[in-house]
Amino acid sequence: MIEAKNVTKRYGTTLVVDDVSLRLPVGGITSIIGPNGAGKSTLLSMISRVLPMSSGNVLVDGLDVVTTPGDVLAKRLAILRQDNHLTSRLTVRELVTFGRYPHSKGRPTVKDQEHVERAIQHMGLEALSARFLDELSGGQRQRAFVAMVLCQDTDYVLLDEPLNGLDLKHAVSMMKQLRTAADTLGKSFVLVLHDLNFASCYSDHLIAMRDGKVAFQGRSEDIMRPDVLRAVYDLEIAIQQINGDWIATHYR
Amino acid sequence: MSADRVAVPARPERTLFILGCMATACAVLFMLIDVGGQWDFVLPFRGKKLATALLVGYAIAVSTVLFQTVTGNRVLTPAILGFDYLYVLIQTCLLFFLGSSTVVNLDPRLLFGVEVLIMVAFSGLLYWGLFGGARRNLHLVLLTGVVLGVLFRSLSSFLQRLIDPNEFIFLQDRFFASFNNPDQELLVVSFLVTLGVSVLGFRMLRTFDVLVLGRETAINLGVDYQRTVALILVLVAILVSVSSALVGPVTFFGLLVSNLAHAVVRTYKHELILPAAALVAAVALVAGQVVLEHVFAFDTNPRVIIEFVGGLVFITMLMRKAPG
Amino acid sequence: MKRFVAAAVVIVLLALVSLFIGVGNVSWNSLFSPSPDERALQVLVISRIPRLLAVILVGMSLGVAGLLMQMLARNRFVEPATAGTAESASLGMLTATVLAPQLPVLGKMLVASGFALAGTALFLLILKRIPLRSVLVVPLVGLVLAGVIDSVTTFFAYRFDLLQSVNAWTTGDFSTVLRGRYELLWVTLGLTCCAYVAADRFTVAGMGESFTTNLGMRYSRIVALGLVIVSMVTAMVVVTVGMIPFLGLIVPNVVSLFMGDNARRSIPWVAVCGAGFVLVCDVIGRVVRFPYEIPGATIAGVMGSVLFLYLLLRRDARVG
Repeated sequence: MIEAKNVTKRYGTTLVVDDVSLRLPVGGITSIIGPNGAGKSTLLSMISRVLPMSSGNVLVDGLDVVTTPGDVLAKRLAILRQDNHLTSRLTVRELVTFGRYPHSKGRPTVKDQEHVERAIQHMGLEALSARFLDELSGGQRQRAFVAMVLCQDTDYVLLDEPLNGLDLKHAVSMMKQLRTAADTLGKSFVLVLHDLNFASCYSDHLIAMRDGKVAFQGRSEDIMRPDVLRAVYDLEIAIQQINGDWIATHYR
Repeated sequence: MSADRVAVPARPERTLFILGCMATACAVLFMLIDVGGQWDFVLPFRGKKLATALLVGYAIAVSTVLFQTVTGNRVLTPAILGFDYLYVLIQTCLLFFLGSSTVVNLDPRLLFGVEVLIMVAFSGLLYWGLFGGARRNLHLVLLTGVVLGVLFRSLSSFLQRLIDPNEFIFLQDRFFASFNNPDQELLVVSFLVTLGVSVLGFRMLRTFDVLVLGRETAINLGVDYQRTVALILVLVAILVSVSSALVGPVTFFGLLVSNLAHAVVRTYKHELILPAAALVAAVALVAGQVVLEHVFAFDTNPRVIIEFVGGLVFITMLMRKAPG
Repeated sequence: MKRFVAAAVVIVLLALVSLFIGVGNVSWNSLFSPSPDERALQVLVISRIPRLLAVILVGMSLGVAGLLMQMLARNRFVEPATAGTAESASLGMLTATVLAPQLPVLGKMLVASGFALAGTALFLLILKRIPLRSVLVVPLVGLVLAGVIDSVTTFFAYRFDLLQSVNAWTTGDFSTVLRGRYELLWVTLGLTCCAYVAADRFTVAGMGESFTTNLGMRYSRIVALGLVIVSMVTAMVVVTVGMIPFLGLIVPNVVSLFMGDNARRSIPWVAVCGAGFVLVCDVIGRVVRFPYEIPGATIAGVMGSVLFLYLLLRRDARVG
């Protein structure tokens, strides 16, 4: 389980994340939603120790993320942030192989190679695996990075806007693949999503943030309600149930 | 960049082999050209020069590549951020505050050791704040570095003005050696220091590879980022001290070498890119020295040619494709 | 406007102070007593006043040249000393000295200006040819180009035994300024005024070629005008006193922090602050190791970089 206690991030006098305490359930997909500047990505980064917190602490399976050695955590928790920009030319396979670094320390074994192949297949990157990343489109690159994180084979996977730059087809297939991984392998995903409907359709648990605080959390039907969403987004959002999913229509 | 270009199966090992042959050829040429029968005198004399050139090339190449790995940027070098003028400043300060008579009487090896130590401490202090923090603004880092470089240079020349000019000229030769009068003791110490640094770095080659992915991904993959970066900066500081002590500041050479190496062996793997850079540096320096001695008949400083060629190559490269 | 007047008053006070500093004894009494000291008066007229004027002219014009350069290259971190302009001017001087030693100073200066113009144009041309111009790459290209040109200069200077002269051109030093040896600098005043008159055009050009064309102006002509001003100012400064590092970088940046980037408003401030900066540097250079002098360029390097770092990091801390 991931447990955040009184986590705060402050830049000067601005509070970006304000005293957040959370327990993220084990297994399934948890999505964090909320308007720009709500502190979603910042919270995710602090949970994954990529960003130091101003105060508070985070425990992953009882391990404090600040004091636990990085290589121990790297086998339990993986994070992918937005804007992954590289200066070196790497092929897709080379990038994905890096996902095995916590296990192999740079000397991949046959077993590691199997993991790599599986992750590449899982993200549908077989045809691209020998291509350099800088020759791919943004969406293809995004999939390659997700494949790397999956290849890390951790119990917890944190993805910051994994659908960024993906077209509809690939967005759907990404969410389906995450769903499968959660259901069959028992992994826990924590996502930051901007698309309410993807969040609603694929998540077991939703967390709505606003102004650095957790405003609401619960299952889709608890969050996907006009009054809740109005409080989060300051916007009138109609909700309809279509084929059992709660769908928000907010285009007009 | 054309989208239809498929990845060429890179053969970095073969490239490395070719580079090795070229470096050897240059070295042999350097040793044997125009000897004119005076073997006893010429060979040790040239051997020392060759050793200096190779050591300097290695130090500059490795420090630049590692520095670029840490900063994630192919146009930054320790020299551009003022590292080697920091060395000059430290030397000048020692001279200024201890007085020339003390400095002359000190064991050069001890002096070098002290200088390297101060260099490491200072560079740690100066650059930790810039690279260690979570919020790295690259423009700010670059600008701060360039400005620091100017500050170091101006401060040195300021202090040099305060020192008695005659005394300074007398000491200048000692302080700013060149390929042509390498100090044997300094050479040996530098070699040992470089060897030590290399052994230390060799064990972390794979960790360096992960740093290429950037800070966050490296942390995600379990690399102790702060410690690794600190260690690399220390290595870089030591190597810059070595090269600056032997030939003085050479601004663009590292940039040239690192970018050429990345161009010929297209890989992120440090176990390949580091030797490639060192070999490119060796070829450039030794071949440059041959040209200098036999074409220009010593009529200029090697740095002049390095800056000229290096600068031109760099600009051409930028015009063909932006780095990074 | 009030602040501007205040700044100008400070400069005038500084200028007065600078008149009375030096080896030769010049004091209020020696000048204005009933029996004025002839020697003091001469020192004042032949050395002190010309020096003061040179300092002020150089400060004003180099500051404004830096500002123009930043608008033309559309990058905050370039200045004539880091874009090859100063180095080209030195190369021009060297060429003139070697090929036509009898040429009068004015002729040499014209040659130097021509070289500076060519060097700066080359810089802008290279920038245009670089596909991905990031904020980072632009100043680097300038530095590298400056290095290349400088290495050519050093190479030939070494051959012709002129390294010392080259050093004098690259290290700004006001100690050699005497009556009759600085008057060329008055031309820079004219050029600075030109820049002021055309200020709005430069502001527009600073926003880019398409923006300029959209407003119905000829981008290339504005750039050409800017180039000529920058090159001539730099060449003249290099020839008469030598380059002052950082001035063209720091003064416009500081002014822009407080005033924004409208050239019409900022040019007067850049001129005044530039003059003040060089004046302070010159005074410090004269006082710090009295009776010897430290070149203003060295002081400017130290002070300028410290000041710049302070501003840079302070601003960053506030944003953070």
